[in-house]
Amino acid sequence: MKPRHKKIAIIASSVTALTIAAILVLNVFQSNLVFFFSPSQIAANEAPIGKSFRIGGIVEEGSLTRQGSSTTVSFAVTDTAEAIQVVYTGILPDLFKEGKGVVAQGKIADDGIFYADEVLAKHDENYMPPEAASALEQAAKAQKTSLTQ
Amino acid sequence: MSINWYKYASPASFYFLAGRMIPYFSIAAIVLLIIGLYIGFFVAPTDFQQGEAYRIIFIHVPAAWMSMFLYLVMAFWAGIGLAFNTRLSSMVATAIAPTGAMFTFIALWTGAWWGKPMWGAWWVWDARLTSELILLFLYIGFMSLQAAIDDPRRADKAGAVIALVGVVNIPIIYFSVQWWNTLHQGASVSVTQSPKMAASMLVGMLIMSLAAWMYSIAMILMRTRVIILERERHTAWVAELKGAAR
Repeated sequence: MKPRHKKIAIIASSVTALTIAAILVLNVFQSNLVFFFSPSQIAANEAPIGKSFRIGGIVEEGSLTRQGSSTTVSFAVTDTAEAIQVVYTGILPDLFKEGKGVVAQGKIADDGIFYADEVLAKHDENYMPPEAASALEQAAKAQKTSLTQ
Repeated sequence: MSINWYKYASPASFYFLAGRMIPYFSIAAIVLLIIGLYIGFFVAPTDFQQGEAYRIIFIHVPAAWMSMFLYLVMAFWAGIGLAFNTRLSSMVATAIAPTGAMFTFIALWTGAWWGKPMWGAWWVWDARLTSELILLFLYIGFMSLQAAIDDPRRADKAGAVIALVGVVNIPIIYFSVQWWNTLHQGASVSVTQSPKMAASMLVGMLIMSLAAWMYSIAMILMRTRVIILERERHTAWVAELKGAAR
């Protein structure tokens, strides 16, 4: 082997070794890198009860209620399988809407309600003009009605 | 016609070639930037859920793409320099780092400006944001390590090792939104799927990305020329250049 080839081999093998090491480390971290838990994971007792953690999902349609004139709101976060009731006092982000994504940080109390101290909106990766969005909505509605008929 | 590529691996001939190419890339960058910003501000429609605020995408996404791509290019040339002992490739890698770091910083900064009105937070420690922050540290680490070593050839080699190790981070950034639960949304534009954006928004974003490419090439060529002059200052051809300038 020429010295140059030897050098390339050393570099290639060390990069490979480091990549494998990184993959292994990532595998271990996988469980710790969870930014939020879904309602199904919470129902399956995977979330750290008693500690502060984040819950993520969709704000269930028709679940948002305001308590009088205060800024306390209550809504359900769902992943279509399970739903968790969330109570939050504070200003909601502009994009917070029923049927849209949400990530909330807080604790689950003994009554099974998630008391949030921070609510973030999670939006999707679609960008289009409002006309296109309403056209898509119309089309989806039309398809739904034709399916049920 | 065959081109003798090895000729341009010599710093002296690359110096003059780069000097001739810089004006073209600079003009292309300015023209594309003007067209891209015009489309971004006046042609692209308002978004259905984010209103006008989404327009920061025209800076944010090209900067984020560039930050990852430049790192790969930097690591490639640093690796070539390490393996084949070619001086010019190491100089190019050194020249790429500040531009890459700048784009990483822009991506993080505009991301914070975008995150506050849309998500409700300047910063969250989710996988996408954290791995992009690590990318900034990798660039800074590369630059400071090279700056800390006096002998340029040794600095090149040490830098190349950091650059190559850090490549692991690039797929992590790119796939973080698929591998983990993140607040950051998934990719709107990817090779395997049709884009999830209106056509005029996409065109504006791609033109801005091209502008970022042209700017980067022009900037990197300029910086490489400076590095060449600095490192070759004792050679006859630089002395000749100096004599002609007087």
